[in-house]
Amino acid sequence: MTDTFKVTVTDIQTVASSIKEFTLSPVEGQLIPFSAGSHIVVEMPTEEKTYKNAYSLLSQPDDPSHYKIAVRLQDNSRGGSVYMHTQVKVGDSLTISAPANRFAPLWQAKKHILIAGGIGITPFLSYLPEFERRGEDYELHYLYRGGQTGAYCNELSEQLGDRLFCYDSATSPRCNIENLMSQRAPGTHFYICGPEKLIEAVMTTAKQLGIAAGYIHFEEFAAPKPGNAFELELKSSGRLLNVSEEESMLEAIEKSGIEIPNLCRGGVCGQCVCRVSQGKIDHRDTFLTEQERSSGDVIMPCVSRAAGERLTLDI
Amino acid sequence: MNIAINKIQTFRDDFTYSNSPEAIARFPFPFTDDEYKYTVNMEPHQPKDGENSVYARFFDIDEHYLSEMKERSLVLAEMPKRCLVMPHMELACWDMIEKIMTSLAAQYPQHFSLTQDGDNWCWENKLLNIKDSFVFGDSSTLPKPPMEYIGRQIQGDFALLDQRDDDLFLDAGIVTCPADWSLMFDAGMSFSEWHGPVPMAPSQNIFERALKYLVAIPVGRPVRRLNWTLTVNARMDTASETYHKWGHERSEVNAENVAEKVHLRVELQVIDRMPRSNALMFSIRTYLISLADISTNPQWAQRMHRVIKTLPPALIEYKGFARYHQHVVDYLAQFDESAAGD
Repeated sequence: MTDTFKVTVTDIQTVASSIKEFTLSPVEGQLIPFSAGSHIVVEMPTEEKTYKNAYSLLSQPDDPSHYKIAVRLQDNSRGGSVYMHTQVKVGDSLTISAPANRFAPLWQAKKHILIAGGIGITPFLSYLPEFERRGEDYELHYLYRGGQTGAYCNELSEQLGDRLFCYDSATSPRCNIENLMSQRAPGTHFYICGPEKLIEAVMTTAKQLGIAAGYIHFEEFAAPKPGNAFELELKSSGRLLNVSEEESMLEAIEKSGIEIPNLCRGGVCGQCVCRVSQGKIDHRDTFLTEQERSSGDVIMPCVSRAAGERLTLDI
Repeated sequence: MNIAINKIQTFRDDFTYSNSPEAIARFPFPFTDDEYKYTVNMEPHQPKDGENSVYARFFDIDEHYLSEMKERSLVLAEMPKRCLVMPHMELACWDMIEKIMTSLAAQYPQHFSLTQDGDNWCWENKLLNIKDSFVFGDSSTLPKPPMEYIGRQIQGDFALLDQRDDDLFLDAGIVTCPADWSLMFDAGMSFSEWHGPVPMAPSQNIFERALKYLVAIPVGRPVRRLNWTLTVNARMDTASETYHKWGHERSEVNAENVAEKVHLRVELQVIDRMPRSNALMFSIRTYLISLADISTNPQWAQRMHRVIKTLPPALIEYKGFARYHQHVVDYLAQFDESAAGD
């Protein structure tokens, strides 16, 4: 379980038509410095439940006076981004987790090639100051939909000059992933943050070009996707819960007052793993090994769901 | 606690190292059961067992401070590569400086002080008569490279583990009192590579689980565990590369000298996530106590007898005391009521 802190929203800026940037300042003292690529989890209490969404930190990593996050209003939002866009006002207080990092740059890389899709620009914004400080060789390729998601374009172009490559799907030619990835010097690492489709495209191209998986790094905030509603039995505590279509098992368990350790809430960190004593599982995480998946006796309740109508956990 | 720091004692040659009754009372005795079991035994690194315990503060400074700092400088003078830092670990070294200086200044204000004015820091170590002003993050403003500078002022070995692709790499360290391992040999290795030689772990699975656990350790939630072995003489530096200096001492143990010569060597290992670099700081604080001093606590002596006696042979071999295992068991038997006739 990670520590949580209260912060005050001290500024809100619209940085693209569907993206708002929030400045979060400590209620007292200073915030913790963070490493390039870190995220925090923001708690959003609503009447029916508390959303907890992970957002990349995009402020200066060594500046403990404030954090910045950017939130895109999602088309199929489960509520978190709607809450941030419509409910949160300057002066409000929010609870956030300590920063954690699942997407740090590899500092032995000879060159870093960053590929951002839309709101996926955010983790890279904390890479840039650290790249500059260390004198790293890098390029940033930024794909976005003109007007809607092209946040920070002007600032980036001023700061990066010819290291920045912008691809506005409304006005400029599409990004040719193959050209971008081919004929790179040995030791070049690729980082992708963006929609699943972009990650897939890069992975496929890497395979075709014979680039080893160890050179490709991606961050996908797989926010839990909705699914069928099901009954959840908690064996040790003898409770029976209903997990609705829109909510994750982890959220349902927390709502019932039971805390389980968790960090990323996106199926990657492995903290919330639970034992399953009965029921078929729809695995949606990227943490468990193939062997663990097929054993059918463990589940990551932050993203995975029951494949049937009922699941029994050993908690 | 107001610790009295001993005058300099030695961990080599004439071995003048000794534990005061206070140091014996606070020794981190590692055995919680009468029978040996392989466990990872992690717990949160929170204060416990009162003001005088080795767990009372983030870093434990005790009566051996000056002796251990002297020993460290002797080792580094002979083998400068006991401190190794890969270039990409510099920020992690500054994380380490920040953690050590802020903790020591807050928890031992009688010995250490730190003033911070933005990035302009001033550090005073009254025990070693050090006072330096420097710019935080700018290694050129320190009299020595950051890891060596701070490593020469704190007891225990330190390793900084870089985290990449869900694995950990031993990419920096200052290691002058290791229990038969070598920083030079392990540098750059991944977690599974440097755990290669551990026998008796229930399965390889335990390391996979441990790794998954370690990479998920969040900022502000340090954990600790104890590890132990036996060492002949109060020798801090039992590094693999100096084996020729200490390996033969294992054949010098006999029934007459076992109580004074054989030491229980306990490592208090603390693992803490570094915020600026995302590295894990792995500190290994080593405590040595002779069997004679252990026997001043009859409960400890009895328990240790039972553990050592039931230790699986593969582990006795791995921990390196097969040659004198029986002497230890025989000596400790006198403190075990149920061991009549051993």
